[in-house]
Amino acid sequence: MKHLAEYRDADTARRLAAEIGRIATRPWAIMEVCGGQTHSIIRHGIDQLLPPEVELIHGPGCPVCVTPLETIDKALAIARRPDTILCSFGDMLRVPGSREDLFAVKAAGGDVRVVYSPLDAVKLARAMPDREVVFLAIGFETTAPANALAVKLAAREGLRNFSALVSHVLVPPAIRAIMSSPDNRVNAFLAAGHVCSVMGTWQYPPLAHEFGVPIVVTGFEPLDLLEGIRRTVVQLEAGRHELENAYPRVVSERGNEAAQAVIAEVFAPVDRAWRGIGVIPASGWRLADAYAAFDAERRFDLGGITAVESPLCKSGEVLKGLLKPGQCPAFGKECTPRTPLGATMVSSEGACAAYYNAGRT
Amino acid sequence: MQPGTPPDPASFTCPAPLRDRPQIVMGHGGGGALSRDLIEHIFLPAFGNPVLDRLGDSAVLDPTGRDLAPRLAEGGRLAFATDSYVVRPLVFPGGSIGELAVNGTVTDLAMSGAEPLWLSAAFILEEGLAIADLAGIVARMAAAATRAGVTIVTGDTKVVERSRGDGLTITTAGIGVVPPGIDLGPQRVRPGDAVIVSGTIADHGMAIMSVREGLEFEAAITSDTAPLHGLVAALLAACPGARMLRDPTRGGVAASLHEIAVAAKLGVEIDERAIPVSPVVASACEILGLDPLQVANEGKLLAVVPADAVEAVLDVMRAHEHGRQATLLGRIVAGHPGVVAMRTALGGSRVVPLPIGEQLPRIC
Repeated sequence: MKHLAEYRDADTARRLAAEIGRIATRPWAIMEVCGGQTHSIIRHGIDQLLPPEVELIHGPGCPVCVTPLETIDKALAIARRPDTILCSFGDMLRVPGSREDLFAVKAAGGDVRVVYSPLDAVKLARAMPDREVVFLAIGFETTAPANALAVKLAAREGLRNFSALVSHVLVPPAIRAIMSSPDNRVNAFLAAGHVCSVMGTWQYPPLAHEFGVPIVVTGFEPLDLLEGIRRTVVQLEAGRHELENAYPRVVSERGNEAAQAVIAEVFAPVDRAWRGIGVIPASGWRLADAYAAFDAERRFDLGGITAVESPLCKSGEVLKGLLKPGQCPAFGKECTPRTPLGATMVSSEGACAAYYNAGRT
Repeated sequence: MQPGTPPDPASFTCPAPLRDRPQIVMGHGGGGALSRDLIEHIFLPAFGNPVLDRLGDSAVLDPTGRDLAPRLAEGGRLAFATDSYVVRPLVFPGGSIGELAVNGTVTDLAMSGAEPLWLSAAFILEEGLAIADLAGIVARMAAAATRAGVTIVTGDTKVVERSRGDGLTITTAGIGVVPPGIDLGPQRVRPGDAVIVSGTIADHGMAIMSVREGLEFEAAITSDTAPLHGLVAALLAACPGARMLRDPTRGGVAASLHEIAVAAKLGVEIDERAIPVSPVVASACEILGLDPLQVANEGKLLAVVPADAVEAVLDVMRAHEHGRQATLLGRIVAGHPGVVAMRTALGGSRVVPLPIGEQLPRIC
């Protein structure tokens, strides 16, 4: 923790915030892309330190939040099958599908297990050869290498009872979609540090150039975030729009090339529907054809499942930064963390849940 | 088991052989010879005392014992508590279900200021449970009772079929005496009162989670399970006007602070920098994306005391083995009744949410 303490120093934080206040002369809307950043901003109260000119917009970077309803319904259908074990990261269990969540399926007798690593699901498949073991492979580029590795390992071992329900999403196409939206009001991005630790920063300079938008790769601790915001405001005030890496202790330009190689082997790009936002071209990964045998969507008959989201839920506008969570008519009324209508209210990284839990409106 | 001897399951020996059964079978719950075996070879050797040894359907308690009658005559009152214990694994770093079953109920009694006197213990055993494991846990339980100064005076055993129990579940109930003049409760909490926590938080929950999930950290995390009546007695001696006590078990400190705020119809304000978390537990929580405020404790208490008593209370708590790291956590405020707010280390503020249910590790 001593390594964390140095990035949480209150005096340095206040100095950085004051400096941002001195630099900012006009209103700027900065989107933090990643849900982990949103969580940290709210948890530490970082936005409360900023001058009124700087507004933080909470982006679509919570993988739990943007996983399409249809994928959740498919996972629920798999979990209801006899002799099948559905393995998932913990916070997916409370995400509401069309009618229920994985907790409800588990209570009704479905075998749903929380794993900390996809490799645990492979281990389970190895240990229980007479059960189908399905891993719910979601997340951004951050979780993709381990998920890809799990599939690759299962293939190498010839495990016939392991499969993955894949719904990966990617950051750069989401930035493109947000900047291309006619009602966009984002002036700059804090890019997600962990995503860039895997993928590097090379994908971002073309986006910064094309849309004239500063992009600063930022970490998750309070001083990381404040330094990222400071550099973003410096660029905005100077009329610059460049890629900057404010997280060099973790992120390099080329990223983790071994991880990228595994991803490229196991996954292939696909148009992906983002919950609340809609389909974004080439914004996700599916299993590559060579690994089709491990695709849960092919192994189980899930074709008929389609889903309609609650008309009350405005999470799409929240994810695009057009609404603050509290401006949604259902916020705190029909929609709370106990009765979430949309996924942004489920994960503690989701903007709505982060606001609700911190008592914000 | 000699009083004060640390539990050592490996050294447990039966005075006479069990009927050649290494595991619990359904017959152990049948009320016949096998049931009798368990009582004679496992429970009585560990817990035996004159009241239990009579093996009546109920324990008959003598109020002259432990000075109960005179204390009641002076205005003392009885406290009565019960709790069930389920935990996986049954034995974990720092304790077992046996210590939890004694310490938990003893501490529940202590939260109303009571000195614990007697416990009951009911065991639900799952068919197939290794009798050596049961014996080890019973031995730990007996040692915990000795340490806490309570007597287990009545008990019961049932056996359920394999896969219909969780190995072993234990329910204990306890009776204690609240000394004359002590009256703890949320109705006594006032704005300006201080909220004290008796030591580092989240140790128990993270100890269980790290063994359950096979997570290894730089140092082993051990459960904080402990009986807190001694600490409470010291606290009340130094500050008879203490307002209320809570033990932040499931739901962690966050849930207990909510209970205090809601019951007292007042607000609670805590300081993030004051929250005591050991470095290894803090790291484990960071890695798993958990909030230490929401993680369970089994040997900590929250005390609401008048502001002018803070130093005296901290002094006596820190002098006690279970309160060495006692800290002022925050205060009671008149604003935002029912809400727990936190001043963040950076100077921001946020509401501390009431945990919904299980803690779910975050994806990334």
